[in-house]
Amino acid sequence: MSAGRRKRAVDRVYTILGGLAAAAWVFPYLWMLVTSLKPLDEIARDPTAPLPKHPQLDAYREVFSQVPVGRYMLVSVVMAVAIGLLQLLLALPAGYALAKLKFVGKKVAFALVVACLLVPPQVTFVSVFLMLGKVSLTNTFGALVLPFAASALGTFLVRQALLSVPDEIIEAARLDGASELTIIYRILAPLLRPTLVSVFLVSFVYHYSDYFWPLVMTTDDTVRTLPLGIALLKEPGSGVRWHVVMAGNVILSLPVLVLFALAQEQLVRGVAGRA
Amino acid sequence: MKPRSKTHPWLMLAPSLATWILFVFVPLGLAAYNSLFSWDMLTEPTYVGTTNYSAVAEGGELFRILGRTLGYSVLVVAGSMSLGLGLALLLDRPGRFFAFVRGSIFSAYVVSWVAVALLWVLLLDPDRGLFAALLRLLHLPRIGFLTDPHAALVTLAGVTVWKITGYAMVVFLAGLRSVPKALHEAAALDGANAWQRFRHVTWPLLRPTAAFVATTSLIVSFQAFDIVRIMTQGGPARATTLFVYAIYEQVFLNLSVGRASALAVVYFVVLCALAALQLRAWRAQTIGRRA
Repeated sequence: MSAGRRKRAVDRVYTILGGLAAAAWVFPYLWMLVTSLKPLDEIARDPTAPLPKHPQLDAYREVFSQVPVGRYMLVSVVMAVAIGLLQLLLALPAGYALAKLKFVGKKVAFALVVACLLVPPQVTFVSVFLMLGKVSLTNTFGALVLPFAASALGTFLVRQALLSVPDEIIEAARLDGASELTIIYRILAPLLRPTLVSVFLVSFVYHYSDYFWPLVMTTDDTVRTLPLGIALLKEPGSGVRWHVVMAGNVILSLPVLVLFALAQEQLVRGVAGRA
Repeated sequence: MKPRSKTHPWLMLAPSLATWILFVFVPLGLAAYNSLFSWDMLTEPTYVGTTNYSAVAEGGELFRILGRTLGYSVLVVAGSMSLGLGLALLLDRPGRFFAFVRGSIFSAYVVSWVAVALLWVLLLDPDRGLFAALLRLLHLPRIGFLTDPHAALVTLAGVTVWKITGYAMVVFLAGLRSVPKALHEAAALDGANAWQRFRHVTWPLLRPTAAFVATTSLIVSFQAFDIVRIMTQGGPARATTLFVYAIYEQVFLNLSVGRASALAVVYFVVLCALAALQLRAWRAQTIGRRA
């Protein structure tokens, strides 16, 4: 009896702590939403009022008039999808060679993959910026996509997943006369679906949200991405129009939050490296 | 398995290897080469030997940048790991409520750094922010979270912890799932209390996971840039000029390719050293466990 009561009390403590944790993470989002719905004069008068007295969508209209939201979002999405697809396209044959084939130099090739994990874009961006400038590729889609076409992490995860696929499947396909490309893309790829989905989602979310690379590879508006456009809403100096900035934030975050709600499990698996 | 042809493995690796050679290895070599020249991208580069290295090290600036970045990383890794582990232990329970809590914490990891940084600039505004209002309510002195040189770096670390704790949490949750339930039950039957069960059953099995989280969050925190550029632009008084921001500053604000490349080379060497240290610690620990 008393043990049961104690357990219930403990459960209540866990629930309260859990509620506090959720509040610490959800509240900032709510604040972003609340601020974006406030009219300018309310923000000026009482910036910390919990709710807008006369909620309105003016801030959103202003974001759309200041920033070509549609075009920037299209650039961001197309870039992130292109990167994700290229990574899968290249990681499959590379992972297949590393997981299934015997060849001289395999250890060196695998060491190269691991070495790439050690060199983040933050080390190479100055040189890549200069190289791409030489061939007039800055401010192009290529500058945003090509450097990420091969993912060391993606290759590594595809290799890990292929290790647990039995060799017999490949041998049988070879006997049936299937080419290596058919084996990789038609037979093995469907078997690796969960891994591939996770790799793609993690890559998509990262590159859709990325600020660093588009910032250093673009000097004008031709292929500007949404995070850059939204960051520009906060003009340096005083008098930041916070309702507009927060409206921009909502527009920027909504697609990933929706994607997250729909595919949380796959994303978590990819991020936790257990794809 | 035997490849059908000797060239097949290399053909399969070729597109990936070509990408990495072009965008990782060549740029790395180019950075080392460019670091020996003085070049503003407008006039011709001139060879200056190791002058760029001594220039970035002048007056201890390089060590200050390194110290700041390490300090920030230590705060971020320690904060996000302990909080992530605590939350994983707290939230590893069935039910939709706990699933919702887990989801909301992890969602911050998925949202853009830009959105997080902008949001926290507003929340931490010394006059109009919510935290300022809270301080006034409690009759505490005003804190310039982002304008006080002593507070700014800690503030950035705090915001980073908020953003990436969800990552540590999900990795720890995956680790917890692999701890056999039977072990817990056996320990409970032997009269072990919750802390003893954590200390002697869960934690030993969780240590490889912890090493993994430590490595990855160390690397992530060493790459911090967005948050610096949006929240503080490296200020006040350079208090938040972290390594990557310093490289960016040299090339895009000072137009000095040579010094930026010298900094990038040092940055790469530091990254390698940290990775090697972590690998050693991790190996020592696995060998120690086997013995």
